Amino acid sequence: MVQALCRGAFPVQGCLGGDGAMSELLSNGQPQIKEVRAVNIVKRFPGVLANDHVNFDVKAGEIHALLGENGAGKSTLMRQLYGLYQPDEGQILIDGVEHHFHSPKDAIKAGIGMIHQHFMLVPELTVVENVALGLKSSRGFVLDLDVVEKRLCSLAEQYGLKIDPKASVWQLAVGEQQRVEILKALYRGAAVLILDEPTAVLTPQEVDDLFITLRQMAAEGHALVFISHKLHEVLAISSRITVLRDGRVAGERPTRGATKEELAQMMVGRPVILQYEMPPLNCGDPLLRVEDLIVKGDRGVDSVAGLSLELRAGEILGLAGVSGNGQRELAEALTGLRPVRHGKVFLNAKDMTHASPIQRMAEGLSYIPEERMKDGAIRDFSVADNMILQDHDKSPYVHSIFFDFNAIKKDAKRLVEAYNVKTPTIDTPIKNLSGGNIQKLIMARELWRRPNVLIASQPTRGVDIGASEYIHQQLLGQRNGDLMVESAAVQRRLGDQGTVQSEVQGLLKKRRETCLATLLISEDLDEIRALADRIAVIYEGKIVGIVDRDEATIEQLGLMMAGVSKEEALAIKKPADRGGESTH
Amino acid sequence: MGDLFTLPVLLGIIYYGIRFATPYLFAAIGETFAQRSGVLNLGVEGMMLMGAYTGFYVAATSGNLWAGLLAAAIVGGLMGLLMAVISVTFQATQGISGIGLHILGLGLSTLLFTTTMTGVATIIGFPSIRIPLLGDIPYIGDILFNHNVLVYTAFLLVPISNWILYKTTFGLQVRAVGQSPQAADTLGVSVKKIRYITVTLGGVLAGIAGASLSIALINVFQENLTNGMGFIAVALVYFGAWRPYGVLLGSLLFSFVNAFQQWVQLKGVAIPADVAVMMPYILTIVVLAFSARRSTKPAALTKKFERGEA
Repeated sequence: MVQALCRGAFPVQGCLGGDGAMSELLSNGQPQIKEVRAVNIVKRFPGVLANDHVNFDVKAGEIHALLGENGAGKSTLMRQLYGLYQPDEGQILIDGVEHHFHSPKDAIKAGIGMIHQHFMLVPELTVVENVALGLKSSRGFVLDLDVVEKRLCSLAEQYGLKIDPKASVWQLAVGEQQRVEILKALYRGAAVLILDEPTAVLTPQEVDDLFITLRQMAAEGHALVFISHKLHEVLAISSRITVLRDGRVAGERPTRGATKEELAQMMVGRPVILQYEMPPLNCGDPLLRVEDLIVKGDRGVDSVAGLSLELRAGEILGLAGVSGNGQRELAEALTGLRPVRHGKVFLNAKDMTHASPIQRMAEGLSYIPEERMKDGAIRDFSVADNMILQDHDKSPYVHSIFFDFNAIKKDAKRLVEAYNVKTPTIDTPIKNLSGGNIQKLIMARELWRRPNVLIASQPTRGVDIGASEYIHQQLLGQRNGDLMVESAAVQRRLGDQGTVQSEVQGLLKKRRETCLATLLISEDLDEIRALADRIAVIYEGKIVGIVDRDEATIEQLGLMMAGVSKEEALAIKKPADRGGESTH
Repeated sequence: MGDLFTLPVLLGIIYYGIRFATPYLFAAIGETFAQRSGVLNLGVEGMMLMGAYTGFYVAATSGNLWAGLLAAAIVGGLMGLLMAVISVTFQATQGISGIGLHILGLGLSTLLFTTTMTGVATIIGFPSIRIPLLGDIPYIGDILFNHNVLVYTAFLLVPISNWILYKTTFGLQVRAVGQSPQAADTLGVSVKKIRYITVTLGGVLAGIAGASLSIALINVFQENLTNGMGFIAVALVYFGAWRPYGVLLGSLLFSFVNAFQQWVQLKGVAIPADVAVMMPYILTIVVLAFSARRSTKPAALTKKFERGEA
């Protein structure tokens, strides 16, 4: 910490700019770290082997991507490099010298910085206060915010990270908050920077800006670790890729020459479908119609401000937009959870503007909510109990006032099997299931109810690639009127009994009569582009424009997400070499 | 009702309002630090009672008021430390452990008083000190600058604690730990250490608050001497939006209402005495109802902290 004190007081030395020169001293006045190496790291948590003899290294001047599914052990490994956890076995070497980190303080002192997926900022404090937090002041007990601000501003200038030091953090956009995080690490003398899923919350433009910063930092001699599960981003930004699977290193590759398919297979352990079949639409009656909808948000302003759209049977309409532009309020208004101030909502041509959630469900509306643990399921309830949340008072689950537990169990088992939910038993509390399996369960429950309109809000956020793929296939399967998964499971369960035929045929017939219309609300543009027939872009509570699936590039969609009109966005020609998409 | 608001009466109410804001200020400023770091200490009342008893006993037996004050601060600090052990190290639910400490303080102070101090009724407390020059200003000198040392200290504590909270590294760490302990932890700030310090400090100040009653303001001790003042102090922290100057405002308001209702009783105005006595408490409820959803509330208040849950 004495060192940190000195750092705080020293003026910043030398400015290298982005010319790619390598120097012993980095732009934040810190000596380079040539190599950080983790050797045979083993980390156990109760019941889980999170890291199983993992070897990993990062060198000055490179961006080393750490790729893997949720739960593969990426964050665990990096948290050990940052002193948040201590390894059970193995060594951490910095320039060949072994280090033991007991807390982040030790790691910071050694020149390692980390940008966490959930920003580690105090929203109520100003930018400067966040940077100064935990540092020794040059005036002892008294804060030296003016000194910190001066050095922060010169750092911000050198690294091209624009920031208002006096603003409170809660007032900043997500991309700006990330800049504060990076500056915070640089200020503390980070020579090595670990970025944990840094793009998860950014718009495409903000991702571009971040990548420019990261490339510049690498060129100056910083060593960067880029954690992600997004293949195209990893391919676009890194020079080397290490893939983790189930706590072990599944492979290491130079980025040049690596392909998405190969990397996905390393991550999941089997071939993964990255492109889905999309047969042309064959249904078309509008099932959900929204006219000039105005909905108040939590802060009292109109979060949905005059929004209109139409959802046709059999289609998946993707709603793209940066988080906080009215998506949540729209979903809640459509499902009856939030009152509508103005405008109309029609479901199956019936005016349902002010109908209760129960009335809408009866009309065939299903909802996969954004916050699955808060709005989608009850943590401490079992799988079976969660399955009957909506229909617990209906036949066949209830007779007069008593539950028919046999009927509940029967359907729960069927559901778990049909939708491949991995759970020890149907009586297991769902809090013990993984995020992906909880989401599968919620989706299963909602689809099981045979809806004709489905509102799916962020259905794969925080869900690993295997489960995402499954969820995507199910959503598409519903669109395509495909009952294969369901009927196959029924067949498996019933064996050769005579009822099979009729049951499966019954299912198929019912399904063909109703073509599901899906509103897919997502901040993940890749997901939307993979699944949606049409893409509506929402900005400040209004639809900026609706484009067909292949009409706009990611960049053009990104512009629309920032409020640029459809015509203007589509008029801008796609630059020749940008982002991961085009290069790979 | 006419002679209720003569000048001497008004001056009297202001004088007593300022004088009796002292225990509220000590206790609520201490509680502000604890809550700013994320710990709701509901045991303030019990700590005040133990401070009041200890201060009174030591002062009465040793004849030294300062020794009594020091003892009260130490006992309050020890109870604060106990609260910190229970709620920070063992992560017990804060509200419940606070209630436990309140009951402990109430019972223990009563037991100790009845077994050790039968017979002693009153002592001579800290004398008033008239501040030179300022104390000679007509009216104002009597009201503001003719108090005992604890009253002055309590009011000085407001700018001092405001300075500590907003202008020092320790204050920044306290605010950060109460708002976002994970963020503070990743920057090497010890969440536990900060909370231990603030809760213990809160105990010390609660102990002094209690002693201010028993050896500086009313100079007696009896069972349940504080009669809910500690809980009002907790409410004042909410009322003051976790800011020392807000707490000052709240303390003065409550103290004035209290002085006023006592005057009303004394004058025998046709309000039942019980109703008059209720006034500060009704005010507490109203204040809490309107300030419960303040946006300045420390986000991590009453939340346990464990590393790596982000």
